[in-house]
Amino acid sequence: MKYIDEFQDPELAARLLDDIRATVTRPWALMEVCGGQTHTIIRHGIDQLLPDEIELIHGPGCPVCVTPLEVIDKALEIASRPGVIFCSFGDMLRVPGTGRDLFQVRSAGGDVRVVYSPLDALRIAEENPDREVVFFGIGFETTAPPNAMTVHQARRRGIRNFSLLVSHVRVPPAIEAVMRSPDCRVQGFLAAGHVCSVMGTEEYPALAERFKVPIVVTGFEPLDILEGVRRTVRQLERGEHTVENAYPRAVRPEGNPAALAMLDDVFEVTDRAWRGIGTIPDSGWRLSARYRDHDAEHRFQVGDIATREPAECRSGEVLQGLIKPHECEVFGTTCTPRTPLGATMVSSEGACAAYYLYRRLELPARPAATSLEDSAVV
Amino acid sequence: MCLAVPGRVLGVEDRDGTRMASVDFGGVVKEVCLEYLPDLKVGEYTIVHVGFALQRLDEESARRTLELFENLGMLQEEFGDPWEQAEQAARAGQSGPADGEGLAEEVRR
Repeated sequence: MKYIDEFQDPELAARLLDDIRATVTRPWALMEVCGGQTHTIIRHGIDQLLPDEIELIHGPGCPVCVTPLEVIDKALEIASRPGVIFCSFGDMLRVPGTGRDLFQVRSAGGDVRVVYSPLDALRIAEENPDREVVFFGIGFETTAPPNAMTVHQARRRGIRNFSLLVSHVRVPPAIEAVMRSPDCRVQGFLAAGHVCSVMGTEEYPALAERFKVPIVVTGFEPLDILEGVRRTVRQLERGEHTVENAYPRAVRPEGNPAALAMLDDVFEVTDRAWRGIGTIPDSGWRLSARYRDHDAEHRFQVGDIATREPAECRSGEVLQGLIKPHECEVFGTTCTPRTPLGATMVSSEGACAAYYLYRRLELPARPAATSLEDSAVV
Repeated sequence: MCLAVPGRVLGVEDRDGTRMASVDFGGVVKEVCLEYLPDLKVGEYTIVHVGFALQRLDEESARRTLELFENLGMLQEEFGDPWEQAEQAARAGQSGPADGEGLAEEVRR
């Protein structure tokens, strides 16, 4: 599409950079919340184009990265059971659980299938009435409404052999957790545009006010990121802390009311554990009592599984912006996209994988990855 | 996985009581659920995530954002301090080598 090309226009990017340089007078640390934004920033070298005063800190907004180890282990347990067809988005296949991943479960004979949409998993359930079909429902506010609709449709159409393994998470409580951390350096947020396209912007003014922090809703094209930075820095330089929408072509203040109503019907807010970070109060969703019989955790009795993360993986600190990926001792040595220790390395939206792919010069000498495919990022 | 992709609606139909559309993503056509944007029409643009249309993509506001970018540069060129601009250009030229690609390289050129 034509305007997508325009959003990568180098001439406009140069003008935005000029404006940012003219505005900034002292150091500022901004967090981009979404892993997709991290990927754009690193791929296009935006962090290196910005004036030295501006530091971009990578936030906890990669759904694959923050899914806790015990949920991965529950998925692996369910996927290994006879009679189960386990459906997932492709980027979960190589996320390491304790000692194995979904890819290995499939190699060992498990029926693990990759789908484009949760509705594909529902169709598989309809076509295989004698099998149990489980969909791995992870992700933020953008992914939760499609999964909610799929469970709703399963109920409406009487498809009983379909269930959801749920580990949905919410952005605003994560922003709050980042700001409450005693080591927090974040002074402004680039909020995740597609989360806001569903949720709207109404949850943010209270956060901006409570923590005196500007929040600018930002898209994913290089120019979107630069415009988000420009507006955040302008607020910081003026001593302001309001919510701005720099992504109006996809975000309305009220979000998507139909999706919000479905979320409210199918899910209820609950405490959630975040990989590497720990439990954040009210930071996730689970199926509400009315839909409990479509809850895979309940159906397969895997609620007791509890596991420990590898001690040498520092992805929790990366996710909170406390260290950069290459500051981790095992980054690029024992931990690579081929042999990931933590999810920030295995997911192509993870900060560690983005650094590995696009910052080869900072790595110790070794054969470098030359492309996404070469690095086996699923 | 968290990324949503813009596409253009080619056709709309009701399938088993569910509103579905075929959507063109720059040449790749996929089936998309319209239950969250039931009034989306053929020819309109939408943001699609995991097979669901989540928000109408308003071409008009896309253009407005672009106009803002344009105006920003125009205003800068029109009213900015030419000395400061020259200094900024020099500073930009001195920034060290980076290993980004694509847009960053083009901006530097």
